[in-house]
Amino acid sequence: MAEPNNLQPMPDIEQIFAQLKPLMNNSQAYYESSRCLFCYNAPCMLACPTNIDIPLFIRQINNGNLSGAAKTIYSANYLGNTCGKVCPTEILCEGACVFTKMNIRAIDIGRLQNFATNNAILAHLKFFDIPEFNGKSVAVIGAGPAGISCACQLRLEGYQVDIYEARNNPSGLALHGVAPYKITNQEALMEVEFLRAQFGFNVFYNKRIADKDEFKGLENKYDAIFLGIGLGNSGKIKIKGEEKQNCIGATEFIEQIKNNPVLQPSAKKIVVLGGGNTAMDAASESARLGARQVILAYRRSQSEMKAYYFEFDLAKISGVIGMFNVAPIEVLGENCVTGVKFIRTETVNGKFGNIPGSEFTVDCDLVIKATGQLKQTSMIVNIPGLDMDESGRIIVDHATGRTTNPRYFAGGDAVNGGAEVVNAVAEGKIAGKGIHGLLSKLS
Amino acid sequence: MVNLEINFAGIKAPNPFWLASGPPTNSGYQIMKAFDQGWGGAVWKTLGVPVINVSSRYGAVNHRGSRVVGFNNIELITDRRLCDNLREMEEVKKYFPDHAVIASLMVQSKKEWQQIVQDVQNAGADGIELNFGCPHGMCERGMGSAVGQEPAVLETITRWVMEVAKIPVIVKLTPNISDITEPAQAARRAGANAIALINTIQSLVGVDIDKFVTYPVVENHSTNGGYCGPAVKPIALNMVKNCAQHPLVQLPISGIGGIENWRDAVEFILLGATSLQVCTAVMHYGFGIIRDLTSGLEQYMESHGFSSIQQFAGKALPNVKHWEELNLNYSIKASIDETKCIGCQLCYIACEDGAHQAIDLNEDKNIRIPRINEENCVGCNLCALICPVENCITMVRKDVDKEPVTWVQRTEANHVPTTFNDELAGGLGHSVPEPMEALKYKNTL
Repeated sequence: MAEPNNLQPMPDIEQIFAQLKPLMNNSQAYYESSRCLFCYNAPCMLACPTNIDIPLFIRQINNGNLSGAAKTIYSANYLGNTCGKVCPTEILCEGACVFTKMNIRAIDIGRLQNFATNNAILAHLKFFDIPEFNGKSVAVIGAGPAGISCACQLRLEGYQVDIYEARNNPSGLALHGVAPYKITNQEALMEVEFLRAQFGFNVFYNKRIADKDEFKGLENKYDAIFLGIGLGNSGKIKIKGEEKQNCIGATEFIEQIKNNPVLQPSAKKIVVLGGGNTAMDAASESARLGARQVILAYRRSQSEMKAYYFEFDLAKISGVIGMFNVAPIEVLGENCVTGVKFIRTETVNGKFGNIPGSEFTVDCDLVIKATGQLKQTSMIVNIPGLDMDESGRIIVDHATGRTTNPRYFAGGDAVNGGAEVVNAVAEGKIAGKGIHGLLSKLS
Repeated sequence: MVNLEINFAGIKAPNPFWLASGPPTNSGYQIMKAFDQGWGGAVWKTLGVPVINVSSRYGAVNHRGSRVVGFNNIELITDRRLCDNLREMEEVKKYFPDHAVIASLMVQSKKEWQQIVQDVQNAGADGIELNFGCPHGMCERGMGSAVGQEPAVLETITRWVMEVAKIPVIVKLTPNISDITEPAQAARRAGANAIALINTIQSLVGVDIDKFVTYPVVENHSTNGGYCGPAVKPIALNMVKNCAQHPLVQLPISGIGGIENWRDAVEFILLGATSLQVCTAVMHYGFGIIRDLTSGLEQYMESHGFSSIQQFAGKALPNVKHWEELNLNYSIKASIDETKCIGCQLCYIACEDGAHQAIDLNEDKNIRIPRINEENCVGCNLCALICPVENCITMVRKDVDKEPVTWVQRTEANHVPTTFNDELAGGLGHSVPEPMEALKYKNTL
């Protein structure tokens, strides 16, 4: 029997995934930029991992120098447009805005940044002079934010840069892993193309570099190698029934929705397991796409969730129901998921544990596991002398991005274990400078 | 009980807020509408031989999200026939007998002046305002500010008018002159009943930086205009004060120049104005602002126990003195309320780069609240002025034990610097970093 929900025409996908930070019009940008106080040592700038001179670019917007504003942004952050849209500005620049101390709405920094950079991208503005080939070349593995940022930095110094990307398009998680209401695929791709046209790095798609011989080949061909390899697939939660059909990883779910934004017809009741930002995205997207019930289940209390408060708010607004202090113990069903068995948990005197006898079942037809992505350890072990920490993160010198193998540099999620796009951009740039520091000394 | 009624040089009005002569008083329709909404009077758009105007006519200065903080026009006097204006004037007076209708006039010959004065008297005008102020267009034809800038000519024409005037005559002055009290005295000598000031200030409001022509643009050219709006208020206040304090002027003053809210109105009154004229604010927001003007003025008067305008007119005048009469020993220092500080550090950089290096940052960069260095603080107000938080930086008095002393007294006592390297230099005890300190950061890079 058809559900009443299904009788209603589905709103179109642009409405479902309406941009949280839509492009400003000229008047919005003018009035919003007028509010900026032009703080000294501005807290917003100090809060930005890429240290964009935010008061300057806002003033440039306000005074009608839009290309100057974009140049200010791109000089600090090569993915200025993407970051303007996907950064958790509420806890970075906008969270630091002094207006919040007076309980006045923070300056809409992300959207102003997007306004200026969008103009530059559409107008194909060029801000950087790329010098002649300096005779050295660098391979970048992974065309995500870290790799692209590193490539831009190296091109500024005249290196030939070849990016090897396992997928058939660039941007990494900025494209596949960010919720569609934060940035559209078109926007993410346009910025990379804008950068490629400006900086002239090469990107080879569908080129997965994974085994020893492939690394060996790159080492022979290039003077240095940057690893912007990110993270792998969703990890297992190690409970019974996890392998059942319709029990999937959040990263895979989000990527699938990004490519084809429809829920499988059988997915009416969905349980999302996890308390991080990826869990919030998967839950929000499920609810927006018309799931009848979306339950977000987290083993600890609401306040212990790693997700930003505004991400959970967004999930709730989308219709997600939160369930806390519940740990999944079994995925139920024959071949296909029919429910999840939970046990209640509690923290007593600082000790976290299950409450015996409190098991219960939630019916559902799709389980989304958002309990973290795997590290790319199987790939990293193929690089001799490259050390990882106990949780599988590549160890680097944070001032240069250099790994324990002197030919290799790294940045982004593979190093930080999974942070924001803006962190990957910052680390890619640092590594680009680190590589130049090394190679310019060698010559 | 507050009473806003005024009797300005014999012109009675239910409140001191009059529309100044300009586009809002172009027609009886507009004036009727304004009176209906609460305006106390209106100075009719200047009458004379009707003109032909150009388009465009106005330009503006906008500032960071605020539109029209300054306004400029190249429009001339009325472009409507006198007979139409007079007919409408009669009709307005019929419906609003208790409101003030003042006819602004600008013509050339004695015959024209005396004719038009009688015409507007016959139409029922309560007063006459002589437009000796317009600094654009009309002055090229020997009228407007061309008259206001020549006290002798102003006096002559005012005498022509006084010969036939049966109603009060106000002389409107131009600020485009080095000493506004000279034409004001000329008006007094000629027997005028009051003065009105200021008219607009000769100005170029801006340049189209792509087409290389000033605003407002007429085809490919432009011309200077008259500047008004909120930006000109400080200039107007000073000129009103100058006239109000001058012993040889002693005429009622109608204050004009950037009045947009009740606070502006109170300021003009405190400096001696007893009627107020508003134009730009109405061109920006419409007649409706009168509700804010009257309610604000009423609450001010109530809270200060003033029952009439006269009771506080000129009340600030005795406190406006020459610089040499100010107390040199009066000393205030900035004080930051740390509970209110939001850490923008604008006070720091303003004082550091723009004043006296009297505000320091905390060595701990995580503490964003700056500290006042009282030794170096000269009490200039800059930090308090730019601080974006209400009442966060206040200026605290520190000279409790010192006897007041003025420049006049110190001069009489031979205790003032007189040579270039005089030990009495006021800034001698003030610590100023050596020039190279400015480049110190370069060594740390």
